[in-house]
This record gives sequence, C-alpha cells and structure tokens, in this order.
Amino acid sequence: MTFDWPTALPLIFAGLMGLAILIYVVLDGFDLGIGILFAAAEDAEQDTMIAAIGPFWDANETWLVLAVGLLLVAFPMAHGVILTALYLPVFVLLVGLILRGVAFDFRAKVPAGKKHRWNRIFFLGSLIASLAQGYMLGVYVLGLDVGLGGMAFGALVALCLAAAYAAMGAAWVIYKTEGELQKKAVRWLRTALVLTALGMAAVSLATPFASPRIFDKWFVWPEMLYLSPLPVLSALLFLWLWRQTFHLPRPDDSHALTPFLTLAGIFVLGFAGLAWSFYPFVVPDKLTIWQAASATESLAIILAGTVVVLPIIIFYSFYAYRVFGGKATDLTYD
Amino acid sequence: MDTLILSRIQFGANISFHILFPTITIALGWVLLFFKLRYNATNDSAWMRAYFTWVKVFALSFAMGVVSGVTMSFQFGTNWPGYMEKVGNIAGPLLAYEVLTAFFLEAAFLGIMLFGFRRVSNRVHTLATVLVAGGTTLSAFWIIALNSWMQTPDGFEMRDGVAHAVDWWAIVFNPSMPYRLVHMLLASGLTVSFLIAGLSALRYLAGDRSESMWKALRTGVFTAAILIPVQIFAGDQHGLNTLEHQPQKVAAMEANWNTGPNVPLVLFALPDETAKENRFEIAIPDGASLILRHSASGVVPGLNDYPGNHPPVFPVFWGFRIMVGTGLLMLAVSWSAAFFLKRRNALPRPLAMLMVPMALSGWLATLAGWYTTEIGRQPWLVTGVLKTADAVGPVAGSHVALTLAIYLILYVLLLIAYLGVLVHLALKAAKDGDSSPLPGVMKTAMSQPAAGA
Repeated sequence: MTFDWPTALPLIFAGLMGLAILIYVVLDGFDLGIGILFAAAEDAEQDTMIAAIGPFWDANETWLVLAVGLLLVAFPMAHGVILTALYLPVFVLLVGLILRGVAFDFRAKVPAGKKHRWNRIFFLGSLIASLAQGYMLGVYVLGLDVGLGGMAFGALVALCLAAAYAAMGAAWVIYKTEGELQKKAVRWLRTALVLTALGMAAVSLATPFASPRIFDKWFVWPEMLYLSPLPVLSALLFLWLWRQTFHLPRPDDSHALTPFLTLAGIFVLGFAGLAWSFYPFVVPDKLTIWQAASATESLAIILAGTVVVLPIIIFYSFYAYRVFGGKATDLTYD
Repeated sequence: MDTLILSRIQFGANISFHILFPTITIALGWVLLFFKLRYNATNDSAWMRAYFTWVKVFALSFAMGVVSGVTMSFQFGTNWPGYMEKVGNIAGPLLAYEVLTAFFLEAAFLGIMLFGFRRVSNRVHTLATVLVAGGTTLSAFWIIALNSWMQTPDGFEMRDGVAHAVDWWAIVFNPSMPYRLVHMLLASGLTVSFLIAGLSALRYLAGDRSESMWKALRTGVFTAAILIPVQIFAGDQHGLNTLEHQPQKVAAMEANWNTGPNVPLVLFALPDETAKENRFEIAIPDGASLILRHSASGVVPGLNDYPGNHPPVFPVFWGFRIMVGTGLLMLAVSWSAAFFLKRRNALPRPLAMLMVPMALSGWLATLAGWYTTEIGRQPWLVTGVLKTADAVGPVAGSHVALTLAIYLILYVLLLIAYLGVLVHLALKAAKDGDSSPLPGVMKTAMSQPAAGA
C-alpha cells in the first residue's frame, strides 16, 4: 500500500480527535466526578475538593473544545449530522457545563449566605453534564437511534458514565487530600466502583444485542481473539483496584495516585473497544471518516500547527499540574 | 416562528451574552499586568490590592466567557450545519488555531495566575499574567480574522459548491480584518477602563479613600480618556473600509434610500422599509457626504442599488447611532473626570454618580457596534458565498424555541448574579480599604505544597 495524504490525513485526524476525547473524558471526568460527590460531602470538605481541581478545570474543559473543534474542522459533514441529531442532549450538556463552570467562581465570590446555593448548582451542573455525555454516547453507539430503545440504552449508559466519573472524582480526592476526607473518598470509590462495574457489564451485554452491526463486529473469528484482551484486562484492573481499596489510604500515603491511574487505564481500554466497534465510520453506518473529511489542504495546515503546538500544550499542562502538585490546600488568590 | 428566525435569535442571544465577557478579559489581562508591573517597580502594596480586587473580576469573567464560548462551538453544529459544510475548509483551520494557540495557553496559565502566587516565583507569576493576557488577545485575533473573512471574504475559490483555501495570508488578513481587530481591541480597552472607573467611583461614593481605590480609579479614567479619541478615529477608518467593501451596510447605517450626492447625516429617524423613507427625520444637510466622501457633493451609496440584497435598515441604523452616541458620552465623561483628577485632585460627587452606570457603557457600545456589523451583513452569512437561510439545520422549530427560552432565562439569571458579584466585590473592597488582607508576596517560590496558604 502506498502512502498518500488524502488517505492518511482523515485517519490521523480521527486519531487526534479520539485522543482529545479520551484526554477530556479522563481529565474532566474527575472534575465532574468531584461535582457529583459534592452531594455526599460536608461544607469544609467541599472547599478542599474544589481546591483539588480549581486550578485545572479550565484547561481540562478545553480538551472538549478541541475535540468538538476537530470534529467540526476535520469532519464538517459528520459534525452537522451528529450535532443536529443530538440537538436536545447537547443542549442539556451545555446547560450542565455552564452551571458547573460558573458555580466554580460564584461560590467563592458571593456573600457567605449564598454559597450553599452555588454549591448545589455546582453539584447539579456536574451531574447533568455527566448524564448528558453518557446519554449522547449511548445514542451514538446505536447509530444515532433516537427511538424508545435508543433512549433507554442512552439512559443506561448515562448512569454508567456518571458512576464512572464519580469513581474518577473519588480517586482524584484520594490523591489530593489526606485525613478523614481521604478515608471518606476511599469509601466513595468503592461504592462508585460497584455501580460502574454493574453499569459497564449491563452496557457490554446490551450493546451487541441493541446493535446488530456491533454484534457482527465483536463475535467474528478471529477478530474475537484479538479483541479479547480488552474485556479481560478491564476486568482484571477492576478486580485489582477493588482489592486496593481495602488497603487505602496507606500510612505513608504511597499508592495514592494508583486508583486514578488504574481507572484511567480502564477508560483507555473501554475507549479502544469503542474505537474498534466504529472504525471506519465517524457517523455509525452512514459516513466513513474519508467521506466526511474536509479538503486535504485544510487538514494539512491544521496538522502542521497541531504537530508543533500539541507537544507544547502537553508540556505546559504538566507544568501547571506540577505547580499545584501535592495535597490540596484551600484555594486563595495568592 | 420558524427554525430559521428562532435559530438566529438563539445564536444572537448566545453570542451577545458571550461577547460581554471576552470584551472584559481581553483588556483586563493587560490592566492586571500593568498593576503587577507597577507593584514590581514600586513595591507599593496598593497596586497589589488593586490587582487582587480585579483578578477576581477577571476569574469570574473568564469562566463566564469559557462556558458561553463552549456553547457557541457546539451551536455551529446543532443549528448551522450548512455553515461548516460550505466554508468549513476556511473557518475550521481558523477556529482550530484559536483553540490550539490561544485557548489552551490562557486556560493552563490562568490557574497559576489566579492561585499560584505563593507557589511560583514572582517572576513566573508575572510571566503567567503575560501569557494569559497574550492568550486572550491572540484568541481575539483568530476570531476577528474569521468574522472579518465572513464579512469580506478573500483568498479562496469555490469548487463543487464548497469554499477551498487558496491564499491563507489573504484569508487571515482580509480587507476588513485589521480595522475590525483594532476597533474591537480598543472597545475592550474602553469597556474595561469604564468598568474599573465606574466600580472605583462606587467605592468612592461608599466612602472609600484608600490608595488602591485611587490607583484603580486613575488607571480607569486616564486609560479611557486616552483611548476614546483613538477609538473614534479608528471607528471612522473602519467605517470608510466598510464603505469600500460593504457599501450596502453603510447605506443601511445611514438610512440612505437613494444613491446620490449631498446626502444628509440623519441624526434621528424611524426608517420605514416598506415605504422606503425615513419618518420624523432630523438631519444635517450634506453631513453623510462630508463624513464619508469628504465633500458635500460626494456620492453616497443608497439602498436602491441593492434591491433584496441589503440588511434590515431599522436595527442597523439604530445600532450604529447607539454605539456612536455612547462613544460621545464616554468622551465627555472620561475627559471631565480626567480633568478633575488631574487639576483638582478630586472627583465631584455628581460625576462619580454618573460614572457608576457608565461602568456598563462599554458593554452597550460594543453590543450596539456588533449588532450594526453583524445584522449589516445580512442576508448573507458569508458575504456573497452563503446566505444565512441556507445554513440553518433541520432541527424542529419547537426544539429551538424550547432551548432558546431556557438559554434566555439562564443568561438573564447569570447576568444578574454576575453584576451582583461585581457590586459585592466593590463594596467589600471599599469596606476593607487599605486594610484588606494582603497575600504574602515573595520574590521566591515557597516550598510545595504551600503550607497554610
């Protein structure tokens, strides 16, 4: 096979878009998860939890802008089809993200008496955004089916993703805090893991039956063999993480980051499974990445910029995380 | 109402809400840098107090800008799929470069700028402030480039009904881009200087005579007094550029129905599009010809040259007048305040009371200006390439009506909360005065994590 740009570029951009979505889900996943866990936290704990994500959430949400930007830029046809089909869920997602994002700032700046209100809005916004993302994923998996079955499946994925985000949030709290809150977060993590595992099992069982296309893709020999490491590895990671939760937090606070990294690993595996199920379609069964791609010269000029800028972005993102490394203390403007 | 008009109202509402906040953050970033550099140079803690009051406004405005901006990036797809399908090859890369070069930069260093004071050295903190301010300005550069390209497209060719890029330099620096960019950056500077001056005047009225109040007040008033004549000149140049490239917009701005010489400058009128005439007109003879052509007999384009191809006259005419009127009021207020501050070293109470509502004058002028230029582009979405009506998506009108209603409620509530917080912050700063708790400012970074920070 000879290498030619018109074939390679859409593939590269599909990969970049996937990468942006994956990074977004992992990074904003713990932000949203902490928002969901707000419901179970005391006032003082909420301040510490906000301090654990306050300096990062803006940059984390930017990955979503990059993902939808790449969809819009690289696959304009698909962008229109997907977003018009998901009009109302996208709207719900945006309302959730708006409420969540502004609550971050309002809760710290309003008179003390109104702080409670914005804490509740922060929880609600995070929950709404998580559910909407899960619902959209579910409907998308079924090829943008918005019938009753599609909605039910979407609701199932929504709950599963919200639970998974809550687990991520708990794992991040374990990493960024100490003392009582850290112990509490371990308990949160256990609960969230049970819900996530149940949800993932239900979704995995329902998916091939809800979508004949995915059924055909999953249960064919020998692809089944190549695919088998994904569910097996995920299950092993789950079990291992479950065992870990009985030993955390350790007296010397070692392995505080382990739950988060393990969960990120599970997300990567799940994402790889999804990517496998869809390839080469960007709109399931309707548009392949080549049919939906924009002009080669436009993709080339974006790629040139991306190749230069993306490593820089990743570098300074790491720098920002390092500056605010260690256990979270109350956020002050100093 | 149908999907088209509802989608237009929705996008208009979203973009109007959105632009309020970048208009503040673009220039406020540089003002914060100025406060910071003054502090670095003088070691006067009043500068740092001013910084910490206004960095909170910056943080809140930034968050509002981010969430409303994310909303808009989705709405291209949910409401206007035809836009990306037709001109995605041009718009896509410009938006991508905005996200890649500006958005990430701002977002990553914002955390350090807001919360990192004790965690990095003073030098790195100043650098973070520079990067955030530079990032917001770079953001504006790319967005204005795209918007200007939609007004005066250049550097492309149509192949199979889709725009393809031919010359990226011509696309980015299209005919109206430099004018619009300068006009917008100055608008941001004016909005922020009036906001700072207005909220400082509120502190003054609340009895605050602290050094940080005076420093912020002077910064706001003098910046405004310097920028407003520059803006009037830049706006005039922008208008002449529009006359050259989008004459139908100028015809609507002037409510000039017939092409010809000796066109009057209409000060007040109710343009009637069905009768093609102005009712209750008050005008200065030859005024428009003099301003636009520098000669009383200069020929000014009229709407009769563009049948069915010109924007609605009423909103463009009034949008332009509100913008210019606000600008003249800004000139009068900022120069009077500058005079009293400079010569009398005081601020008369009535002037201070006028300056409080003028805190939002920048918003009013910016919105009116954007309405003039955006409605003035209609019926085109991309001039001569794509009509707005052809870009709208297949979503049911009832869905758009529902989302529009909720957006409007949400935006009104958020705006009330935002303004409430601004007033709250100003009054709190007024109460604390120069005794407000000052964060530990050190030349070297603390060990991490910051103990008890």
